[in-house]
Amino acid sequence: MKAIVCVKQVPDTSGVVAVKADGTMDRAAMATITNHDDLAAVEAALELKDQTDCKVIVVSMGPPPAEGMLRELLAMGVDETYLVSAREFGGSDTYATSQIIAAAVNKIGVDADDVVFCGRQAIDGDTAQVGPQIAEKLGLPQVTYAAEITDNGDSLTVKRLLEDGHMMIKVNKPCLITCVKELNDPRYMHVARIQDCYEMPLTIFDYEALKNEPLIDPDTIGLLGSPTNVYKSFSPPPKGEAVMLEGADRATVDKLTGILADKHLI
Amino acid sequence: MNFQLTREQALTKKMVEKFCEEVVAPTADDMDVAHEFPVDIVKQMGELGMMGIMWPKEYGGAGGDYVQYCEVIERLTAAHAAVGTVVAAHTSLCSGPIYYYGTEEQKQEWLVPLAKGERLGAFGLTEADAGSDSGATQTTAVDMGDHWLINGSKIFITNAGYADTFCITAMTDKKKGTRGGISFFIIDKDDPGFSTGAEEDKLGIRCSSTRELIFEDCKIPKDRLIGQVGQGFKIAMGTLEKARIGVAAQGVGVAQGAFEITKEYMGQRKQFGKTINKFQYPAFTMAELYTRIEAARLLVMRAADLADKGLPCGTQSAMAKFYASEIAMDMATKGVQFHGGYGFINDYSIQRYFRDAKIMEIYEGTSEIQKLIVSGAILR
Repeated sequence: MKAIVCVKQVPDTSGVVAVKADGTMDRAAMATITNHDDLAAVEAALELKDQTDCKVIVVSMGPPPAEGMLRELLAMGVDETYLVSAREFGGSDTYATSQIIAAAVNKIGVDADDVVFCGRQAIDGDTAQVGPQIAEKLGLPQVTYAAEITDNGDSLTVKRLLEDGHMMIKVNKPCLITCVKELNDPRYMHVARIQDCYEMPLTIFDYEALKNEPLIDPDTIGLLGSPTNVYKSFSPPPKGEAVMLEGADRATVDKLTGILADKHLI
Repeated sequence: MNFQLTREQALTKKMVEKFCEEVVAPTADDMDVAHEFPVDIVKQMGELGMMGIMWPKEYGGAGGDYVQYCEVIERLTAAHAAVGTVVAAHTSLCSGPIYYYGTEEQKQEWLVPLAKGERLGAFGLTEADAGSDSGATQTTAVDMGDHWLINGSKIFITNAGYADTFCITAMTDKKKGTRGGISFFIIDKDDPGFSTGAEEDKLGIRCSSTRELIFEDCKIPKDRLIGQVGQGFKIAMGTLEKARIGVAAQGVGVAQGAFEITKEYMGQRKQFGKTINKFQYPAFTMAELYTRIEAARLLVMRAADLADKGLPCGTQSAMAKFYASEIAMDMATKGVQFHGGYGFINDYSIQRYFRDAKIMEIYEGTSEIQKLIVSGAILR
């Protein structure tokens, strides 16, 4: 049994957004972090490893500096990492990206008792499309928005976090789960593993490595092959200053409802 | 000469910064008020390999180095000084002598659980009449043939109330005195005749445990002797020489922590129409203090690097220790001053740094003892 986790390195949202001439984000020029939901997915896989001693493999697509993130995940307890990185893959939208990552996961191999974990969505694109698309392309059943996962051996019971409640779903393995950050608190790196993580397995999947995978179609990957194109990336202008009202009395409430009514919000 | 951290050192720094921000700092003020020993934090640090950073993996350690150890101690102390104290006493003072002077069997039995954080360690050298004059030990150990019999007491022992393993010195031959008359032993908390006194009520590092160790016909097996009979003073001094690097890192940590909260306060506090960091006197003072913090950090890292290379580091660690503890005290004092009246109110964290800073100039060799070591080395 193994857990394969798809992880994305994203811009640190507290930093400034750098944009390339083609309108896409210049990831190499920005401070980066591991996407929060993806870290929850890594932790879910590591918890499965704690219980079952399964192998945890992380796959990430991005520029070469993403290696730093993968080293940190190895220091947390991940066993193997794969970095999918090639010029041909650059500028891919979610359709193209999920095709490439599905090809990478397929090359690693999904066995009958494996689980593929993804984060719900990345804080840069916020689409929540890549995980479900990977599941479709690999022909795996999928459960999204996992806020609790129980391993039953040949199946998982997943509690989905929905806007208006929870949904309990039992899904047979192999399957794909997308995780929300409320699922867990990701563990810290272990000092002993920090000593080892730069010697641990990190395999680069470039275009050559994946081009013969059946899921890869050269016409539908990369910026040119993507059905959607980013027109413009920018930091939104800050909104006006907030108005703070203090007081727990009727007059303050009336003032608040008055402001909201003036703005046609109520 | 290379001032760059290795990849592993940089990653350790990142990890401990996150750990301190999320776990250590948020509880510091409340725990300080409650005098609460950080039991849960210590357990978590053990699980993360922080209780045996520089010991090899075959002895349960993380396989890191003194530079990483100092990074961790500095950051923990910057967040909450007492937590740094607990780790430093456990690692350098208790695990250190077992690693450097213990037999393979002693390392397996005692060092492994300490390095894994499964047991907590303490070190007993100081006595009521043996402070800076640590050779004036009154505690005795008598060879009874099949066991040692220990009588006496040790005071001001860090971690005493929560430790499982204690490394202590005792007089085995009064005639020989300091050189040759003192031996070094391991004590288990459950040894018959061993007990600890009441918690000391301290000015600072109030979440650390400080107690007396009491030996009343305390009977311990023969294999608890570390090194040879009569080597105890040498082992204790060798232990302190390296441990001092950790205390120096604590000094830098207190200074850095006090600097950070003072900087934040100065950026918010407005007087005469502008934030007080815009006034030249406090701004220049902060520039001077930060330069000294950085200088102290470089002294610490220099001593740590020497220790990692297996080179003599006694003079360097003594310089680092008194210089870093001095800047800790000065930064905390100025920090309180720049907080004005609020600095004197217990709701503000700066007062904790002010109280915690003072011990840095006292424990594990006062500043005066450090200057004795340095002057002895440079003027001979």
